[in-house]
Order: sequence, then C-alpha cells, then structure tokens
Amino acid sequence: MMKVVRGFYSVAYSVKQCKPDVICAYPITPQTEIVERLADMYANGELGNCEYITAESEFGAASILVGASATGARSFTATSSQGLILMSEVLLSAAGMRLPIVLVNANRSLSAPLSIWNDQQDSIFMRDACIMQLYIENNQEVHDVMPIAFKVAENRRVMLPFMVCMDGYKLTHAYEPVDLLDEQMVDKFLPPYDAPVKLSVDKPLTFGCYAPPPYYTEFRVAMQNAIMGAGDIMLKEFKKWYKITGRDWGGHVVAENPDAEVAVITMGSLTGLVRDVVSEMQKEGKNVGVVKLRTFRPFPVEDIKKALKNANKIIVFERAVSFGHEGPVAIEIKSANYESGADVYSFAVGLGGRDIPRDLIREIIDKVIEGKVEPGFQFEGVKPFEEVIP
Amino acid sequence: MGEYQDMKLRVIPLPEEELFVPGHSACAGCGEALAVRIAMKALGKNTIVCLSTGCLEVFSTQYRNSAWKVPVIHMLFENTSAVASGVEVAMRRMGKDANVAVFAGDGATADIGFASFSGMLERGHNIIYICLDNEAYMNTGVQRSGLTPFAAHTTTSPSGRQSMGNISTKKDILSIAIAHGVPYVATASIAHPEDIYRKVSKAASIGQSYVQIHVPCPTGWGFDSSKTVEVAKLALETRLWINYEAIDGEIANVMRVNKKPVEDYLKLQKRFRHLFRSEEGKEIIGKIQEIADKNAERFGLL
Repeated sequence: MMKVVRGFYSVAYSVKQCKPDVICAYPITPQTEIVERLADMYANGELGNCEYITAESEFGAASILVGASATGARSFTATSSQGLILMSEVLLSAAGMRLPIVLVNANRSLSAPLSIWNDQQDSIFMRDACIMQLYIENNQEVHDVMPIAFKVAENRRVMLPFMVCMDGYKLTHAYEPVDLLDEQMVDKFLPPYDAPVKLSVDKPLTFGCYAPPPYYTEFRVAMQNAIMGAGDIMLKEFKKWYKITGRDWGGHVVAENPDAEVAVITMGSLTGLVRDVVSEMQKEGKNVGVVKLRTFRPFPVEDIKKALKNANKIIVFERAVSFGHEGPVAIEIKSANYESGADVYSFAVGLGGRDIPRDLIREIIDKVIEGKVEPGFQFEGVKPFEEVIP
Repeated sequence: MGEYQDMKLRVIPLPEEELFVPGHSACAGCGEALAVRIAMKALGKNTIVCLSTGCLEVFSTQYRNSAWKVPVIHMLFENTSAVASGVEVAMRRMGKDANVAVFAGDGATADIGFASFSGMLERGHNIIYICLDNEAYMNTGVQRSGLTPFAAHTTTSPSGRQSMGNISTKKDILSIAIAHGVPYVATASIAHPEDIYRKVSKAASIGQSYVQIHVPCPTGWGFDSSKTVEVAKLALETRLWINYEAIDGEIANVMRVNKKPVEDYLKLQKRFRHLFRSEEGKEIIGKIQEIADKNAERFGLL
C-alpha cells in the first residue's frame, strides 16, 4: 500500500511488521518520533504481545534489551547521537555476548558544541564495535531494510547487533511515498526468532563470563569471523528481499557508473543530491560516476575494489571526522583500494546539519577534475572564524 | 540463642540441594559466598540470576567454570538492574514463570548502578534484588563506595596524618527503595543464615523486593578469615547493622540482640585500627557510637 509518510513512521511501521517481542525506548531528537509511533501502536494494541518498556536512559534501554535478547526475545530500539554514545558500553558488550539486537540510529552530530542536527559522527564512532552498519538513502529503503536487519542479526552464523543508520531530519522527518509492507510478506521473509542459546531454567547456562588471557582471544576471533561472514549473508538476504518485493537496493556498494574515471563516494541521504549533480555532469560529457556505499561494517573491500577499478580520482563526501587523522570513509577506501594507486580526495561537508548546497557539490567535483586541488582531506564550506581560545 | 530477647527463632531446615556450588575461587572466609549459597537455597532452581561485575561474578564465572546450577547472566558493572528488567519482561512476553534475581555489590547498587536501580524499581518489575553489602569495592582492591561506613580506612579513603578515613556515612538505600514503593524491603546478615533464607523466600513470594545483606569481607576489612560470622554478629550487637523488614513501607520485625559498645566491633578490624591510635581517633569512635545510638533509636532498640 503506497502512502506518503515521514521517515520515522516508515521505520515504526516496518518494525511493527517484524513482530518484535520487546521494544525499549528513551527519547532523543531526532529519533524520538520512531519510538513515539511505536508507543502509539502499542497503546492501540497493534503490536501483538510485544512488550514496550520505557527506560531511564539510552544506557538503560540498551541494557534492558540485552536482558530481553539473552532470554530469546526479538529486541528493538532507536537512538541518536549522545544516546548512541551513552549506549556504547552496552552495545559493544552485546556484540561480545552475540546478541542480535536491532537498532535504528537517526544520525546526528555529537557534542560539543551541542547540535541536534545531522551528520554521521555518531555511528562512525561505533566503527570498531563489531556491530553491522548499513546506511540508508531514502525512506522506502529504510522500510525495506528493517526485516533484513533482523534476519541477518538473528542468523546463527552472525548473532550480532545490527545498526541501521538513517540521516536525522533529512530522512526521519521527510515526507516520502513509501510502499508499506504487508504482514504476510514480512512473515514469509522473517520467521520468529529462535535463539540458539538463551537464559532458561530448563537448560541453565552462564552468560557473560569472565575470560582470562588463555580464552579471551578466541572469543574475539569468533566475533571477527561472524561479522566478516555476515557480508555474504546480507547479500543473500538482499536478493531474497528483491525477489519478494521487486525492489532492488543493490549490494553493499552500488556503483552506478562503474566505468567512470572519477568516482564520487557517498553514504546516506546525500547520495540523491550527488547523483543529480553527477548525471548533469555526465550529460556535459564528463566521465564521473556515483558510488553509493551502503554497508560500512562489515566493510565491503572486494565490492569497493570492483566499483573503483576504473577510477583514477576518488572523491569522498564525508559527514564525520576522524580527528587527528582525516575523513573516516576515506581511510577505509584507501585501505581497501590501496593497490590501485588512485588519488583520494576527501571532503567533510554538512557537519552539524550545515546545508550542503548543490553548487558546492558541483564546485568540489569540478575542482578535482580540473586538478585544482591536492589529494587529501579538507573541510568544505567553512566560514572565516575566530579561535575559541585566544 | 539466649541473646535473643523478643524474637522467637526457630531452626528452619534449609534445602540440602546446593545451587551455588563449591569450586569457586572466593577468598577464605568470604561472607558474600555464604550469603549467595543460602539465598540460592531460598530462591530455588526456577530462578534466573543477573550479576553485576564484582567479586561474585569474577570468582564464580571464570570461563570454562561456573559455580551456578541456575541460568546466570552478567554484563556490566552498572546495568544489572536494567538487564534483569529485560529478562523479566522477556519472560513475561514468553509466558514463562521463574524468579528473576539480582546479586549486586554495594558499589554496583548505590553508586555506579544507581540510575539503573532506580529505573528498575520505578517500573515495578518482579525482581528480587539482593545487594551484597561488603562496604567497599573489594574486587578492585578495597576502594570506598557509597556504602562504606564512616571513618573506615579504604585505599581511596585512607587514614593518615590529616585523615580519619572515610568522611561520609552509609547511604540509606533501604529508605530509597521504600520511597520507590517497593512492597518488600529487608536487611539481613550472614550472622543469621536462617534469617537470610526466610527473608529471601519471602521476597521471592512477594515479587518486587530489595534485600540488603551484610557480608563481612576478611580481605577488605582486615580480620582473620575464621571470624567472618563473629564480625557480622558484632555489627548487629553494636547496632551498626540492624536487621529489619519494611513491608509496604512499614518497618517491622526488627531483630533484637544484646547491646555492645561499638569498640567491640571496630577493634577486630584493621580498617578501623587508626581510631585506636590517637585522641582524635577516640573522638571518632564516639561519633560512631552516636551513629549506632541513632540506629538503635530509629529502630526501637533502646
């Protein structure tokens, strides 16, 4: 059923169809409307037997889901920014305990200074947590991805948290037409969660043990194996989803013009604008193409290499900074694609919700093509400013 | 048993089955291990246990070994109340019935896990929360917590030329639990295992409950490991620990024991020995006696 809805409703409706057992919520802008819509559904008896719990913090919310997930419950939460960082101790540990919690992060900048607006610094901060990260371009995509997130997270070969990253406001609050999933379609794709191990008095097990040096490493190796293996499992599920719905969102990486010599890499909602600018440039005869990076963890090294095999200049639009180094996506691209010797130009744009004008995108790509800028990392759209500390 | 004036104590035959079994690596004379063993007899097999990080978790769940014959989950130091909330909610969702119990230390309850604890109490989960109060962070090497008594020497509240040890008094978590509307709140002591058994059984039958058990720690308090029970008894006799219940907020069943001066309790423990070495120390002992007297007054033990 096609309906014009806002991003948060698109998430909430899809989560409802995934039939979670426990939803835990704590408010933070711009995520809050996701859990508010789920609260409405709960209040109206639309969530079946699902338990909806409000916590005393995001830290508490994530912790409640740990207990629920370890007891065999399909578990969901949504958060943003400081909330994600407050959850981080729990989520890192949830990955180590192999709990398939699914969360949506409405991407928002981090303090300080306080900003409630969009960039991707929050989820990028969670890079090394052994949590799968998928970045979303539009509200139909997020709608379609939620069942896949549960299915992959709960796969016995994976059993890790899955974080769906959608740009705050730009997607969460945007109205878009979304083909709302019907229950039977999701049921066909996503079976109820059957935990391979769980807290049960019928079979007492000890969870969250203490591992001394002779054992710790192997737990971490198992985590790495699981998340590395998750890449192929995700691809299979993407394909199954395409067969069921007829909507193909591609794989981990979508190279829209794989022969291009200048590749422009984006993650999230910025892709649409970049695609628009690039197609305009293609009409002018410029050999430039868009590479949409969907999966950030596990990082799709082979897909990136394939997508960039003809590129000699790579432009990365970053919406986060690895302070003390450079753009976090460019770091990954360079690492994956080092054999090609292509130049990588990394531009931080749109931090803290600053507008990313179409002309700025065009200007950046033009100056790379024309050789007016050196490879490396730089901020774009910066105004003259005074140092805070004189 | 002649020391008990009012309370009629009867010997309760405790179940023989051990659910918290030998082979763990607690120190000799550990009060905490004793309390858990007795509490598990009361909780029974149909129980899921949630642990905070601390001595208990480390000495009972080292990988490849577990001292637990019931399902156990440990995650972090400060979120045990929330994890237990999730377990309880998921059990409800699955339509399953089992006790959900927390064992957490004093620091995990009163300090780092305080927000989580309050959230759990406020939501009214049917969780039997057992705080094992050994009055400091023992697992990390005896640092003060919010439940460390006044003037105790710890590694972060050391006595010295300008210090008489810990400057604050024990945070009253019992009153805080009562203020949250918890229907069953109680203190117990390893001096009286049958009382632990009775109170934890009662807690389990009621559901939402908070039981704080005084568990002397020979390593952290500095006394001989053969004297754990003796030290626990002296805490009660000196009124520095009171065993009582609060049912729907009303204080009841205060345990009556013969009165002794606080010195009898303090002098057995190295954490208080600095008080016996100076005039100022004597004054501090006087203040500790005042704390004991106030406890006695509050609980009608004069």
